[in-house]
Amino acid sequence: MSKKLINFVDISKSYGNNLVLDELNLYIRENEFITLLGPSGCGKTTTLRILGGFEMPDKGQVIFDDVDITSLPPNKRNLNTVFQKYALFPHMSIAENIAFGLKINKKSKEYINDKIKYALKLVNLDGFENRSIDSLSGGQQQRIAIARAIVNEPKVLLLDEPLGALDLKLRQDMQYELIRLKNELGITFVYVTHDQEEALTMSDTIVVMNQGYIQQIGTPEMIYNEPTNAFVADFIGDSNIIDGTMIQDKVVEILGVKIPCVDEGFGNNTPVDVVIRPEDIEIVEPEKGFMEGDITSVIFKGVHYEIEIVANGFEWLVHTTLLHNVGEHVGINVIPFNIQIMNKPESEDEEAVEIDA
Amino acid sequence: MVKKAASRIYLALIFLFLYLPILVLIVLSFNNSKSRVVWGGFTLKWYAECFKNETITNAFVTTIQITLAAAIISTLLGTLAAIGISAMKKKNKAIMLGATNIPLLNADIVTGIAMMLLFVKFINLGFVTVLIAHITFDIPYVILNVLPKLNQANRYTYEAALDLGATPLYAFFRITWPEIKSGVFSGFLMAVTMSLDDFSITFFTKGAGVNTLSTMLYTELRKGIRPELYALSTILFLIAFLLLLVMNHRSSSEGKGAKQAI
Amino acid sequence: MRKSGRQLFAGPYLIWIIGFILLPLAMIIYYAFTTSGGTFTFENVAAIADPVHVRSILLSLKLGIICTIVCLLLAYPLAMILNGLKIKQQNFVVFIFILPMWMNFMLRILAWRLLLSNNGIVNAIFQFFGFGTVKMLNTQTAVVFGMVYDFLPFMILPIYNSMARIKNDVIEAAKDLGASDAIILFKIIIPLTLSGIISGIIMVFVPALTSFVISDLLGGGKVLLIGNVIEQEFMQGTNWNLGSGLSVVLMIFVIASMALMNIFDKDGGGTAVW
Repeated sequence: MSKKLINFVDISKSYGNNLVLDELNLYIRENEFITLLGPSGCGKTTTLRILGGFEMPDKGQVIFDDVDITSLPPNKRNLNTVFQKYALFPHMSIAENIAFGLKINKKSKEYINDKIKYALKLVNLDGFENRSIDSLSGGQQQRIAIARAIVNEPKVLLLDEPLGALDLKLRQDMQYELIRLKNELGITFVYVTHDQEEALTMSDTIVVMNQGYIQQIGTPEMIYNEPTNAFVADFIGDSNIIDGTMIQDKVVEILGVKIPCVDEGFGNNTPVDVVIRPEDIEIVEPEKGFMEGDITSVIFKGVHYEIEIVANGFEWLVHTTLLHNVGEHVGINVIPFNIQIMNKPESEDEEAVEIDA
Repeated sequence: MVKKAASRIYLALIFLFLYLPILVLIVLSFNNSKSRVVWGGFTLKWYAECFKNETITNAFVTTIQITLAAAIISTLLGTLAAIGISAMKKKNKAIMLGATNIPLLNADIVTGIAMMLLFVKFINLGFVTVLIAHITFDIPYVILNVLPKLNQANRYTYEAALDLGATPLYAFFRITWPEIKSGVFSGFLMAVTMSLDDFSITFFTKGAGVNTLSTMLYTELRKGIRPELYALSTILFLIAFLLLLVMNHRSSSEGKGAKQAI
Repeated sequence: MRKSGRQLFAGPYLIWIIGFILLPLAMIIYYAFTTSGGTFTFENVAAIADPVHVRSILLSLKLGIICTIVCLLLAYPLAMILNGLKIKQQNFVVFIFILPMWMNFMLRILAWRLLLSNNGIVNAIFQFFGFGTVKMLNTQTAVVFGMVYDFLPFMILPIYNSMARIKNDVIEAAKDLGASDAIILFKIIIPLTLSGIISGIIMVFVPALTSFVISDLLGGGKVLLIGNVIEQEFMQGTNWNLGSGLSVVLMIFVIASMALMNIFDKDGGGTAVW
């Protein structure tokens, strides 16, 4: 494991009466692609801005490479930001934009010119030096914003929803570009987004946040397959989240039906949340499933069909590649391994989180 | 902190520079002495004399008449012109806007003299010539306020209204008017302030008998300063201040509306 | 209504433009290039070379430039401070600083006459501190004071507006890339407010250059600007042709100064007055 480069220690921040971050603790390892993921207002952007030096935390410290940088102004920090709306300097050419940080650091002319060429090549915009900012598309502006940041060779690149303003196709292309860039540069990326797909595609580590609290930290696989609570399960991908009761180890009751699962250690007769991903549900003959119901809607989504089945009073969301018809009476089945059991939220805050989501 | 204190001091100094002269006028308007530095006790007699002075009251009435008439006519003409210009092709639009810019950018003294040279050929200088001159320099402000609103306005909504069977007139008043009316109103207000404040153009186009406040004051100030003028200053400042409050209230409530729309 | 029909609404205004904007300009040009007898001549325009006229146009340029520079130096920091005030009443505070513009122009001059006169407040303060009476009224300094006071809001407004348009993340991006406050000011804020600065310069310089009232009332007839010369030709003298000729020259100066400023204004948005 690489070393811990950045450490947030007990960071709190509020705007007026609005508590945005509450005693946040988080470390970021060297060379990892870490994503802060959450709905708007969850505190992810504030966390990034505190790291960038644009906001002072009310409490707590930011440690960077063993040095406390909490009160260091942004122009003295060895990291650079790619802003949400690019924030390119409208009165400068592309080359001047990219050279801005280098000129401040009094680099030689040759060095700056080499760097501009290198950076433009890196973002696939060779030969764009003397174009004006206005002549670029949104995607191109985004690339210039990235180029402008990375020529300064920061140890860490902060990206604040950089793909938010781009259309779907471009966004997907840029995701691969960013992964490639990160690998080529070998630096740490701290990425902020509310788009779970972006987070899952690019990250080494995802930090799911809500209402100023970290909900879960883990690899994309961990976050997707083993969400620690209903908020994470609901926020990452589509899920069926059902109130259930853990009868005993490996047996959970949902909607009046006892079904086998693989989880243990929740105690007996404990209320829990049960999460079942839509792609994990099989549609079978009525009597062969653990539950029967009627198909109420079928929508073709390209890769799969999105099917709604009402069974035992619950509306199940199912993804399948096989076509079924509305009105069909079917059974549903899930293998025990794909049933995820989670404790009910304990604190009021977490409760609030769930209602909000 | 030092920076903040320094900027506050700077604000205060500029504020003082801008308002000290006005404050002096206000204080002197209540001073029961003709001296400019000695306080002779509180009095309202300058206000009474100001209202009794026919030169002042006549000029005041003329100013209001010219200002309102010019602002109303120029708002009408200017709004119509803006609607017409917005429908024009690029080249004609550029020509019209170029001509509109002439009175805005040209020196007032030249504009005034040019009009005087024309007017004396045909009619006697007087109320009508001043009014025409004021309308001429007011219209550009109306056009420049209305045109952006027309450009912002969604032109498809107007066409949609026609498509739904509205007559052009009905569509204009129900669809276009609500989108441009704030621009028309601020154009009108700007025309009012420009007319109220104008001196140079009025001076050259007014002839002998007519006086607005500006030209009357010019004549008076050349003769010397009479304390009634302090009272007049105070009254005019108060009017300006009240106008400011109204406009500020309007713009802040417009801002709120915009936020609600989001 | 079709577009071609809608264009007709501009008809009355088109007539107005021809009748009251273009025709008067044609008149002044006609007078400028004819003698009182109606024959063609360059004399009226060439009269600008007369030493009296040269002196007055040079003085106009000098006072206009001083006034513009003083306004710019006063207004720029002010606009920055106002823009930096992140308070709810921001609009109101900005209005406060341009409110004096709404008071009658002539009364603002009256106020300065009071302040600067030998028995006025400023001299009362000077005497109190033992400096004796300083003659300020009827000097060029008084004229510049009056001009700055009158035209300052015209500098504040466009600069403030262009500053308010700068997005905060652009400033943050500059900081992020290592820029100090000074670099941000000179490389980001000033270039991005350039069109506002240029509008401000035009809106202050043109009226200052062509003013005749301020110099008349605060200069006491001793400060003879080109505007005063022209005004006297029309109001006291009777040589309208000479006055028109000098007016045309003045117009050329105005156009030239605007053209000069527009060279610096790459965006081309600077001449928009409001």
